[in-house]
Amino acid sequence: MLIVIGIMFFGVSVGLLLRNNPPKLLPKFINLVIYALLLMLGISVGANEMIVNNLHTLGVQALIITLGALAGSILLSWLLFRYLFK
Amino acid sequence: MKGSLTIVSFFFIGTILGVYKLVPTELLETDYSMFVLYFLMFLVGISIGSDKHALKTIFNQNWKVVLVPLATIVGTFIGCISITPLLSNLSFKDSLAIGSGFGYYSLSSIFISQYKGVEMGTIALTSNIMREILTLMLTPILVSKWGKLAPISAGGATSMDTTLPIITKYAGKEYVPIAVFHGIAVDFSVPFLVTFFATL
Repeated sequence: MLIVIGIMFFGVSVGLLLRNNPPKLLPKFINLVIYALLLMLGISVGANEMIVNNLHTLGVQALIITLGALAGSILLSWLLFRYLFK
Repeated sequence: MKGSLTIVSFFFIGTILGVYKLVPTELLETDYSMFVLYFLMFLVGISIGSDKHALKTIFNQNWKVVLVPLATIVGTFIGCISITPLLSNLSFKDSLAIGSGFGYYSLSSIFISQYKGVEMGTIALTSNIMREILTLMLTPILVSKWGKLAPISAGGATSMDTTLPIITKYAGKEYVPIAVFHGIAVDFSVPFLVTFFATL
């Protein structure tokens, strides 16, 4: 976790050096890397037998909890955004 | 919308590849995704550092930032309590313990397995993985319908690392400091809240 933030700050320092000449194709390249990451995430999920075998029983319960948690978080964050951040 | 679809497709293709083991075993055994994530964070860092306008915003944050993780945590609790009636053999405490993972699937499932058994631990693992995946997939829609804080809240503890790139892309660089602060705050709360509900 801390490594990830450290790397980002390292990237920021590199970016600072480049701020008078920002790399133009960077956003597009970032997109590609995001897609690659999603592909790899899918692969590790698909290859995990414990997850795959138990999907039917435990998966449904997990999904319900996730949707409930997400709905609550999104609702409150939306209210916060509307009334304090706009 | 198109962004979400492309993301879902890549994830779905990946799942198929994983299930049918269509990738070289090297790829399955080693977790290369961690290195790709590091690389991505590096690139996101560069995009922030090289943006003069974004830099100004980062240093102009105010007290409102603290309210975002609060919204996420309280919102998650409200949501978990509300849907518990739909679950046949899980109690309010169970849902709250699982929800307190806020997407941090590795740690939360370990804690929950310890206190409540492997089956509950698996549900926790699956639920929190789903939270991260759904955030990654739905961020474009979340931003357009429910505002720029929505994907940050949805991502929970992951808003500082795994979901940060996608949040940056759709909510904008100005939200990176909020997302990072939010992620750290929520991440910190996971061990306390999970243990609290799991031992209640």
